[in-house]
Amino acid sequence: MQKQPSEPMTNCKHPNKTKVLFGPVATIFSSTKTGTWRIVKPVVDQEKCSFCGNCQKYCPTDVVTIQKETENRGVSFDFDYCKGCGICANVCPKECIAMIPERGE
Amino acid sequence: MMRKMLDGNGAVAEAMRLAKIQVVSAYPITPQSPISERLADFVADGSLNAKYIRVESEHTAMACAIGAQLTGVRAGTATSSVGLALMHEVIGVAAGCRVPIVMPIVNRALVSPWSLWCDHQDAMAVRDSGWLQFYVENAQEVLDMTLMAYHIAEDQRVQLPAMVCLDGFFLSHMTDVVIVPDQETVDCFLPPFKTHNLYLDPNDPMFINDLTPPDDFTEMRFQQQDAFDKALKVIPEIMDKFTVMFGREHFMVEPYCCEDAEAVLITMGSMSGTAKHTVDQLRKEGKKVGMIKILSFRPFPVDLLRQYLAKVPRIGVLDRSASLGAESGPLSIEVRAALIREKDQQDIFSFIGGLGGRDVPPETMEKAFNLLLADKPLRNTVWVDVKENALNIREVIV
Repeated sequence: MQKQPSEPMTNCKHPNKTKVLFGPVATIFSSTKTGTWRIVKPVVDQEKCSFCGNCQKYCPTDVVTIQKETENRGVSFDFDYCKGCGICANVCPKECIAMIPERGE
Repeated sequence: MMRKMLDGNGAVAEAMRLAKIQVVSAYPITPQSPISERLADFVADGSLNAKYIRVESEHTAMACAIGAQLTGVRAGTATSSVGLALMHEVIGVAAGCRVPIVMPIVNRALVSPWSLWCDHQDAMAVRDSGWLQFYVENAQEVLDMTLMAYHIAEDQRVQLPAMVCLDGFFLSHMTDVVIVPDQETVDCFLPPFKTHNLYLDPNDPMFINDLTPPDDFTEMRFQQQDAFDKALKVIPEIMDKFTVMFGREHFMVEPYCCEDAEAVLITMGSMSGTAKHTVDQLRKEGKKVGMIKILSFRPFPVDLLRQYLAKVPRIGVLDRSASLGAESGPLSIEVRAALIREKDQQDIFSFIGGLGGRDVPPETMEKAFNLLLADKPLRNTVWVDVKENALNIREVIV
């Protein structure tokens, strides 16, 4: 699972100076990589997959890559940003995408 | 320095120009419209170097002002009545994110009944939203208080947005002689805008107004309350600085003939002038009366009120808005809460008057004073200028 970064994303101009800010503000962007939101992740049965491309078309965050031609033939996901919504599994005509819990059963 | 004939709206616009606002995002509404129009004129004739954003609603006017001010400039907007109500959500954002915007509120009644005219209901509806609130008495005070409001709001100890509340028509459209200070003196008084807190900078990103869990929410509210507590000290400091530089005095609470008074009436806004006049008249008749004008409603100057009212046996509060379903009007509730700790219980009476544009002439003030001085104690809240046939004004044939 994508780990939440603990360091600020910004390069602090004055690394030794600190300042207190008032009100609702975040300078550590812990949730911008939407993969941190995921509780289930898609796993593809590559043997059953027909490479139709439905999962790629319907993916709301465009994280699906399909490689048909190369030697590493298969469907892969960018898990930095995959939220685990499960739309790919729902639209798969071969029903070969399973949503597996991130933290185990 | 120049003497000009200005109405309250004109005085506000002059003050905003002198404060060198760099972004204007305002939506016109009666009786505030002349402010937006005049600022547009200033931008057009080049006397105000600002970007004028023609927004489609008050909600957006405030949202734009917040965004603009977070980039490090003064942003200007102004509104009235239902415009302020439409802003309600983003009013809280400006306060919570501690964006020190100064916004003139031209006080007008809230619906329903529809009204274009003055009372304080609109500003009272946002009295707990985390904005400083100043209710001014005349056009000169409009200009002076707006300039001071920038200084107070932007003070590093405060960092709260501020509303300068001026009575619709009575102040906004009434022409008066106003002393307009020159730019150099204002520049000496009011430091250039500097962001002390949150800012928008693509090279140093911040995520502002993010979702705050219960773990931090209370602390952020407490930070706001702490700023109001500090403002109680900062406001008199800045008022003193203003007096030194411009020669005019303003007070968070202004007592008038209260030392030996048997009855004191507390007011806010333009009717305070009428109250002073009535005190003078009644004093000539030998009645020992006085009045107190509250300029700063937020923060509410509890200690000053206790000090000025310590020896006054009978106190009346004239509210220009109603807190429907409550015991009395909002100002009256605050005054009662402030004085409840005094050892000897004082008699505090509540009046409601001047709603929806109804004039508050000396006769109404006199009636309130006479009720205060009467032997028969008052009960409940007196609607001091309500017609006797109030429940029967639309009789129809059926």
